[in-house]
Amino acid sequence: MSRLAVRKTYKLFIGGAFPRSESGRSYPVTSPKGDFLANASRASRKDARDAVSAARKAFPGWSGATAYNRGQILYRIAEMLEGRRAQFADELGGGRKAALETVDAAVDRLVWYAGWSDKISSVHGTANPVAGPYFNLSSPEPTGVVAVVAPADPLLGLVSVVAPVIVTGNTCVVVASEPAPLPAITLAEVLATSDLPGGVVNILTGHQAEIAPWLAAHMDVNGLDLTGVAEPELALRCEQEAAENLKRVLRPRAEDWRGDPGLGRMTRFLETKTVWHPLGV
Amino acid sequence: MATPKRTVPERPVFDYAPAPESRDIVDLKSSYGLFIDGEFVDGSGPSFKTVNPATEEKLAEVATASADDVDRAVRAARKAFDGWSALPGSERAKYLFRIARIVQERARELAVLESLDNGKPIRESRDVDLPLVAAHFFYYAGWADKLGYAGFGPDPRPLGVAGQVIPWNFPLLMLAWKIAPALACGNTVVLKPAETTPLTALLFAEICRQAELPPGVVNIVTGAGETGSAVVSHPDVAKVAFTGSTEVGRLIARSVAGTGKKLTLELGGKAANIVFDDAALDQAVEGIVNGIFFNQGHVCCAGSRLLVQESIQEELLAALKRRLGTLRLGDPLDKNTDIGAINSADQLAKIRRLSDLGESEGAERWSPACELPDKGFWFPPTLFTGVAQSHRIAREEIFGPVLSVLTFRTPAEAVEKANNTPYGLSAGIWTEKGSRILWMADRLRAGVVWANTFNRFDPTSPFGGYKESGYGREGGLLGLEAYLDV
Repeated sequence: MSRLAVRKTYKLFIGGAFPRSESGRSYPVTSPKGDFLANASRASRKDARDAVSAARKAFPGWSGATAYNRGQILYRIAEMLEGRRAQFADELGGGRKAALETVDAAVDRLVWYAGWSDKISSVHGTANPVAGPYFNLSSPEPTGVVAVVAPADPLLGLVSVVAPVIVTGNTCVVVASEPAPLPAITLAEVLATSDLPGGVVNILTGHQAEIAPWLAAHMDVNGLDLTGVAEPELALRCEQEAAENLKRVLRPRAEDWRGDPGLGRMTRFLETKTVWHPLGV
Repeated sequence: MATPKRTVPERPVFDYAPAPESRDIVDLKSSYGLFIDGEFVDGSGPSFKTVNPATEEKLAEVATASADDVDRAVRAARKAFDGWSALPGSERAKYLFRIARIVQERARELAVLESLDNGKPIRESRDVDLPLVAAHFFYYAGWADKLGYAGFGPDPRPLGVAGQVIPWNFPLLMLAWKIAPALACGNTVVLKPAETTPLTALLFAEICRQAELPPGVVNIVTGAGETGSAVVSHPDVAKVAFTGSTEVGRLIARSVAGTGKKLTLELGGKAANIVFDDAALDQAVEGIVNGIFFNQGHVCCAGSRLLVQESIQEELLAALKRRLGTLRLGDPLDKNTDIGAINSADQLAKIRRLSDLGESEGAERWSPACELPDKGFWFPPTLFTGVAQSHRIAREEIFGPVLSVLTFRTPAEAVEKANNTPYGLSAGIWTEKGSRILWMADRLRAGVVWANTFNRFDPTSPFGGYKESGYGREGGLLGLEAYLDV
């Protein structure tokens, strides 16, 4: 007699814990062929607000950590993901070879961004030769709490939008791909075992059109990445809501997740601080 | 600790004879049109008058650009874009160098006109605004043929037509901050100066002609909010840059949503100027005065909240009050004037309203003995003590010569209070302890941190805010990003 498998319950990831939606709701997730895979949590407005609180609480510690430390932790995420290569390939489905390549690309992307933690300041900061007796230096700093609407590409796309946000010291609330949220929650298990402080990445699953506008309008969110919003009306509404507290917005655009990511995803959620001090004896 | 000897006397020891700068250098016309496609043309909207805020005398009639006029200006800019962006960077650079030189040559004329139209003391327009304007063009001129080295890829491209809307507090300097990087990167511009201070922008248009800048590269449209709105919402504008209030910035961000236009905003502020008990007190007093009374407090990065460590509050306030007693308020064209006129009746009304609110909410108001001229718009240097963080004068941008004084005990409390604002443009720190400066600078959520100085500006130094003070930077290498397709 064959053994009955123990299935995983897919929950949310908030503040380092895995709660169900406070709303008690879920929605069925199916494979591209339409087979039932699991019931994912359907996050509510309250869950989104809890996630923002967790992200805000984690911000001082994470942005205050050394760049070296943040880089080590991102690298650790890559290590943990590599260790679950087969599991993610299973979850991604489709052709085995393509799935494994996708996982590999996600691991490599994390390693690439890990290295940026202690280099972005050198590349994006400036020493300014002002016309006067002053020391003057501009350095990038994280924007704060960033809400990220993740793209449909459930693993490589997700990693490619989350890594650049957090490597510089931001914390985030991610709305996972609506049709394919399961790799995001499995990625949360990777994050939870990578020494990433709880609350730095919070992952919500559910209906994008229901959750994203709340995050776009939330007054304690500083940045908004709309990459995963396919519906122009929803993107417009979110960008308009974001104007209320002048969130930094990354608009939806077509991305080749296999291409060179460039610096844009990091710099969009960086502020520049310029410090002056007189010279003298 | 022994009380250090004060260098500031109780009362001015000298009387100052009037030392007015001559206004003859300015050739004011009775009316001004728009500058479109290299020509001065009539506007189709009703004309409005611009006044000298120090006397309320009419300086000139200025045309209002209607939506059709704005459309003509944008089309001229669009037409000029192909040629301008295709010019070798080294050629664009030479035009900008020319402009910088002409600004230097005509600096006094521009300074006098700025003081007439804006009300700021000639000492400021002459010694701060104009040198910075020329330096800004000079700085960005040098970038025009070096963009490939700026870290945005080997051949970063311009965006197209930039629609730029600027405020009245530093009319020509804000124009320079907008136009110089835009042109250096290969964009063309349609700029709207503030309706109360259009004159130096129109004189700048004449400078563009003297520099033989190709027609359409710079277009100046005058008018009020409707004109600005037409510039921002024009479909052929690829880039919007705005400096002004957070309220209007929000509206612009909302209107630009979904259009794909690149947007940079430099908005309001409520900066904390933080003085620790070990600060060099006389220097701190000068810094506080410069922080809030420079340009009548019409400065988005003004140090409008003084956070003083409780143990030195009395000593600092006594020194500050003595110093305020020596400030000379009056004729902006007088070379001895420290505090000029408030830019407009509307702004004066706003300053009065918020100051009255300060009193009614329980803060204590103080101004030095200060005679205000009979005509014009004037407000005495004012400070409020006993201010709580919840008071509106501690939360809202007053944009006038009004300082709110709060206290703190520990550095952590200073950080907490300094950051307790939706704004994040600038901050000041006064202490002799280096590690404390850097610890504080690290924690202050503000785009510019001045330590043991305040209100310093330089074209090489990026300027711009965190949070609701806007986004994007002006100045320096990072200031190029706003005008490149990156």
